[in-house]
Parts: sequence; structure tokens; C-alpha cells
Amino acid sequence: MTVHTGPHPTRRLILQGAVSVALIGLGNLPFAPARAAANDKYPEEAFKLKNEADAIKALYGKTAEPSDKIKLDAPEIAENGGVVPMSVTTTLDKVTSISFFVAENPNALAASYKFPEGTIPAVANRLKMAKTSNVTAIVEADGKLYSATKEVKVTVGGCGG
Amino acid sequence: MASSIRVRATSNGDLTEVQTLIQHPMDTGLVKDSKGETIPAHYIQELKFACNGKDVFVANWGTAISKDPYVKFSFKGANKGDDLTISWTDNKGGSDTITAKIA
Repeated sequence: MTVHTGPHPTRRLILQGAVSVALIGLGNLPFAPARAAANDKYPEEAFKLKNEADAIKALYGKTAEPSDKIKLDAPEIAENGGVVPMSVTTTLDKVTSISFFVAENPNALAASYKFPEGTIPAVANRLKMAKTSNVTAIVEADGKLYSATKEVKVTVGGCGG
Repeated sequence: MASSIRVRATSNGDLTEVQTLIQHPMDTGLVKDSKGETIPAHYIQELKFACNGKDVFVANWGTAISKDPYVKFSFKGANKGDDLTISWTDNKGGSDTITAKIA
């Protein structure tokens, strides 16, 4: 008897295991490619929008709340609007994206960066500013949006003026 | 042709710091030249950094990025001697790519 019943529970376990693996596989499959596609595409429309709020909505589809966990480092006064160095660092967890918006530029969205797991949520770059403007950094962390804003005074604009 | 991309990737323990400088006009399409003709927009749209077969950093850029763009970031999980591949594409279909060793 023991010889015959022995193998049965084992086989059942293996079958159950196989079924659950198949279910998990089916559940995940439709999501993975869709998410990758949404993440990989260049957000052409968002870059064309003039207004900052519209651009944030087009890029993320939601609105941001101010957070003191974001540090936006930009000069008080930029002598050359063509090259304004700025950087963002944050202590927020699970950061997936950081974007820069310059409200008074012809197109508000300047740059959007994606942070895969393992990349430190901090970035430094150089932006053009048409004139004195608020600069907003948007951080997407754990599916939520956070922002930090700073005014940068520009003495010479960066649009060939 | 000399590459348009200059990169310095330095390993510091578990962290790799990457600094990149790219030669590109980044024309906004709003500036006129000396003859009064508009210079058409010509700018990098996408810049990717890949290490060990995985994207570690992706930049989507508009025209507000300064001429000859600079960007700095750090990531975990790479070692000294690993290859870091940087590639960009611009709005006119131009592109460039380079592979650098992490020092």
C-alpha cells in the first residue's frame, strides 16, 4: 500500500505547481509588453505643449504634489540663458522618472529621464531658458508625482535674442 | 570620424558615476541665422545608456537642452571593466553610438 500511495501526493503537487506557474505566466504576459511600449516611446506630444500643466498631464496623466524630499539645484541668477546648469536629487523611494519643466519657455517640457531599478534617482544637466522663469522638477515615485519649483532669473535669454 | 560622444564612467565601489558630453547643435527651430532665415529644429530626442544588456538610464530630450549637451547620473550593479554603451538619436534621424569601459 505504501508503495502505491506514495507517488500520488507527489504527482498531485507537481501538477498543482505546474498549473499555478501557467496561471502566473498567463496573468503577467499581457501586461509586460504594454508597459514596456508605454515607457519606451518618445513623448512627442508632451514636448510640443506650451503650457507646463498641460505638458505634465500629457507626460504622466496626473498632477503632482509639492515635496520637500526633492532637491532642485539651480542658480538664483543665470547670466547666460543658453546654458543653465541644474540638477535634481531626491530621497524618495522607487523613483522611476524625473522631468524638468521651464514654465516660460516656448515649450515647457525640457527633459524627461527614466530610472530603471538600480539607478540612483539623481541627474544633472544643462538647460536653455528663454527668460526668467520658474523651473519645476517632477519626480515620479511609486506611481505618484511629486514636484519642486525654483525661480531662476535670466539676464540674457537662451533663444538667440 | 571622431565620435560625438565623450563619456567618463568611473566605478566607486558598487556605484558607477557616468558623465557624458555630446557634440550636437540642439537647434530649437526658433532662432534665425544672420540672413534672417530660421534655422530648422535639430535636436537629440533620445539618449540611452545600457550596461550588461540592460538599460540603466534613458533621457528624452526636447529643444530646451543646451547645445553640446551634458548629463550626469549614477547607477548600481556594474563593475570596473564592464562595457557601457551610449547611443542617441535626433529628430532628423541622425544617431551615434559608443561603447566605453567603466574605469
